[in-house]
Amino acid sequence: MALRELSSLEKSLGLKKPNKYSTQGDKKVPVLQSNNGPSLTGLVTIATHLVREANRPELLGSTAEQRAVVQQWLEYRVTKLDNCPKEEIKTILQDLNQYLEDKVYMAGDTFTLADTLMYYGIHRIMVDLAVQEKEKHANVSRWFDHVQHYPGVRHHLPLLVVLRNRLYTSGHH
Amino acid sequence: MKLFVSEGNPHCVKVLAAVELTGVKCDISHVNQDEQVVPHLSRPSLPALLLPSGLHLFIPNAICRYLFEVSGQEVSDQSNQWLEWEGTELQPPLMQALHMSALQGKGAEAAGTLQGPLSFLERSLNKRATQFLTSEEVTVADIVLWAALYPFLSDSSFMAGDLGQVRAWFERVGQLEACRSAAQAVLKGKGLEALKGYLQKQPVPHIQHRGAQPCNQAEGEDAEHAITEEEIQAAVKTWSQALSDFPAPADRQHPILPKEGKRNVLITSALPYVNNVPHLGNIIGCVLSADVFARYGRLRGWNMLFVCGTDEYGTATENKAREEGLTPQEICDKYHAVHAAIYKWFQIDFDFFGRTTTAHQTEIAQDIFWRLHQRGYLLEDTVEQLRCESCQRFLADRFVEGICPHCSYPEARGDQCDKCGRLINAVELKDPLCKVCKQTPVVRSSKHLFLDLPKLESQLEEWLEQSVSSGDWTPNARQITRSWLRDGLKPRCITRDLLWGTPVPHPDFSEKVFYVWFDAPIGYLSITANYTEQWEKWWKNPKQVELYNFMAKDNVPFHSVVFPCSLLGAQDNYTLVNNLIATEYLNYEDTKFSKSRGVGVFGDMAKDTGIPADVWRFYLLYVRPEGQDSAFSWADMALKNNSELLNNLGNFINRAGMFVSKFFEGRVPQTELQPEDSRLLAQVVWELRQYIQLLDRVRIRDALKCILNISRHGNQYIQVNEPWKRIKGEDKDRQRAGTVTAVAVNVACLLAAMLEPYMPTVSATIRDQLRAPPSSASTMLHGAGSFICTLPAGHRIGTVSPLFQKLEADQIEALRKRFGGQQPEEEGSKQQPKTDATSEANAKPATPAPPAEAAGNFAKPERAKQLAQEVAEQGDRVRALKAQKAEKAVITEEVAKLLELKKQLALAEGKNPEPSPQKGKKK
Repeated sequence: MALRELSSLEKSLGLKKPNKYSTQGDKKVPVLQSNNGPSLTGLVTIATHLVREANRPELLGSTAEQRAVVQQWLEYRVTKLDNCPKEEIKTILQDLNQYLEDKVYMAGDTFTLADTLMYYGIHRIMVDLAVQEKEKHANVSRWFDHVQHYPGVRHHLPLLVVLRNRLYTSGHH
Repeated sequence: MKLFVSEGNPHCVKVLAAVELTGVKCDISHVNQDEQVVPHLSRPSLPALLLPSGLHLFIPNAICRYLFEVSGQEVSDQSNQWLEWEGTELQPPLMQALHMSALQGKGAEAAGTLQGPLSFLERSLNKRATQFLTSEEVTVADIVLWAALYPFLSDSSFMAGDLGQVRAWFERVGQLEACRSAAQAVLKGKGLEALKGYLQKQPVPHIQHRGAQPCNQAEGEDAEHAITEEEIQAAVKTWSQALSDFPAPADRQHPILPKEGKRNVLITSALPYVNNVPHLGNIIGCVLSADVFARYGRLRGWNMLFVCGTDEYGTATENKAREEGLTPQEICDKYHAVHAAIYKWFQIDFDFFGRTTTAHQTEIAQDIFWRLHQRGYLLEDTVEQLRCESCQRFLADRFVEGICPHCSYPEARGDQCDKCGRLINAVELKDPLCKVCKQTPVVRSSKHLFLDLPKLESQLEEWLEQSVSSGDWTPNARQITRSWLRDGLKPRCITRDLLWGTPVPHPDFSEKVFYVWFDAPIGYLSITANYTEQWEKWWKNPKQVELYNFMAKDNVPFHSVVFPCSLLGAQDNYTLVNNLIATEYLNYEDTKFSKSRGVGVFGDMAKDTGIPADVWRFYLLYVRPEGQDSAFSWADMALKNNSELLNNLGNFINRAGMFVSKFFEGRVPQTELQPEDSRLLAQVVWELRQYIQLLDRVRIRDALKCILNISRHGNQYIQVNEPWKRIKGEDKDRQRAGTVTAVAVNVACLLAAMLEPYMPTVSATIRDQLRAPPSSASTMLHGAGSFICTLPAGHRIGTVSPLFQKLEADQIEALRKRFGGQQPEEEGSKQQPKTDATSEANAKPATPAPPAEAAGNFAKPERAKQLAQEVAEQGDRVRALKAQKAEKAVITEEVAKLLELKKQLALAEGKNPEPSPQKGKKK
């Protein structure tokens, strides 16, 4: 799974020659094999490294503050979102919805690596949401739809339908 | 910028250390742990950093990274990698460990949970060349990991394997003032205690996966199995089937013979060599493992025969006889009895425990020999051998000693070097000496017979392929066998120039006997023949019989290659091994058991420790070297006894029984199952099935964990439902207390059944206390395993009493010292006066003084006591000097005094001052 993400990321970054990966342990943590220097382990580590390789530093944030926010959501993705127990999903969606209320992207007004990896990570949750639930978390849905249509991002994942007009007007409880 | 932290929150340590270390200016605000600081999060989340833009950072590692970055230190890929590892691999088990340790008092389990990530860290630190994790300077990675591990590593009693590198690194980072003050600010010097309030408010952490790094999967708790609705329904259905009229298991009728339509299982355990007292490693390696499996098989209703015996022929016996001034036969008689007594004490339930020096052995070995000879599988060759002219005989194997040609160890034996472990051909020894008369032997040639293994190789491979693919062969057994075949088989000598052995019947070799490894495995057959005249029904019946061989890994090639070749070549439809179960080695504390150096606990001493045989069995099986070497450790044994047996298993069973006696006049109450009861039933069934699947594949150690998991579930169940409170409540509450008690006591009854292979006495005691129906055990362990309500409502139980006793620290420490090494030495191996001042063993009255037959040695108990005291004091003095790195001459002088004192002490105790072999002492 993580390997497909990384390969999609490579394509969207326009990296020419694909890197060699392996996985480690039963969680299949990705490992980037490297000819020069030691290998790198972990999705976030490798993704950050790839962005630097591709010379797209703006995807990691353009100020120290934004870089910190990007890194925070990257870590959030692998520690909180991945493997989250079922009963936690509701809270995660609620929190994200709240957070995205006044933001276009995860780190503010510009698209970053945080959007890509959060999108890959939350896709499995969004797939299972009913139309009503998507509408309830309108900010998340809006952001999600935005990112899945962002050029070059979607690659290995199927497009999800997000309705833009509200069906359930009394949706707030 | 403003940083929000709260006292007693472990995640705040790292951010405070980072602020202090980087010197980034920001206000620090101490808030209550429930304070909602981050507006978009629905739960309180601390620490949090309010950025100038008004955004919050709420993930601790992100805060640390940001602080380092604004102070001008860029975060490298390597540091990133450690931060990610910390968040994904370390934090989940860490939170679980904190929870266990601070809230549940399960320090030992907590250490087990952390063992995976810690040993990964240890290995990584071992590989790196820098002072800190990623460079010569402290980086954000060091701070984050240091702070995460602080609650555990700052506690000097925390034990989780060998962590030399981790501890050194932890010290180095901890010297930073920033780290110390951050830890102080959060924990207030109270250690784990300080975190209680925080941890209580967190959801109970559980790990979805076992440590994902390829770490040795040490003692971590097994991942919780997610129980499905179907499993729950099935468990409830089975539970309510009353114990049908299962016949009680029939008593064993000897002789046991294969039966048509039954699963006929023949179990052998490697024959222990007679000339020595077995140590714990020998016991777990073969007889105890085989016994667990045999007991299990009997419960499962298989038709089982379990045979073993002492291997009595060979040079070592001759040697021993010479040392003790007895004939070889007398030596064998004496030690056979010693072995039999030890195994009896350990409750090894052989169907027959025989020996190899019998007429049947001669008959069967010679028959196999002639069959091999007639079929052209034996070769003749001359061998160069050492011969001692003064003793008038060839010096085989252990009759010769010399300098190891590989490592120059001066006391290498004729067959193997104890130091480097390599096999030696006796003629290769430098400066060989006859062990008996100390003369230098000469090289002579002698004619011998060889088993033509190359000629049998293709047959062997064909059979192996079939056996290994259809049976259970432990990975080490497969691998060792493969490597023997890969290296190509060579003819193997089967005769020896000795007296004490099965005579070679061929007239040209009339002075010779069979080499012990041709002879010994035939012992399995001859021992069975001594058990029943119809032994061939077991041994020439591969269609009906399934053969399991148990052994330690050093015996594998003889059971998988050499012996099968003998039997294949003899062409008499022999039963060949189907399942070869080999253990790795068990070490003693940090060293090896050594017969010749007397390090470790030997079979006959175990009972002198006052620790019950079942507890020994439990611990040896708990650390059974399954898949990798393991170690016996006194401290760990005490820990496992106190945490697993006493607090977990014993506690649960005892409470369940006590509730029945105290609250329900000794009668099992009515049940009305609620969802949580059903859930427990399903959890228990799942563990029971695991247990059966594992034991069917002889994963003895792993299956033991299932038993402990069930009682853990049980304890939790009692704890949550509090029957002791509800019993005082209204009818509804009382009924609830009844259900919980009835379910719990039935779980205890199941545990008694599952324990039988491991701890037979404890199992019998529990069944006795609960008055369990005789058929309950075999019924529940039948088939895939079913958990049935075997103690129905109204069933009257017996008197309940505690099952285990605590092992106290001082008791264990005394035992550790007593068996710490310098036992009276074996084989009178020329003693170097011990220069190691810690050898206090002689001072300990470890073994009762032997009869004072060594002329003139009379025991003087008073004097001995005084001397023992003096020896201890002098020992302390020497150690102190050594620790201060005093001058060598001074130390030597004090050591000499110590040795003199010890000598006097030995005399006063009536011992020979040159310790002599005492292994054979009678109980």
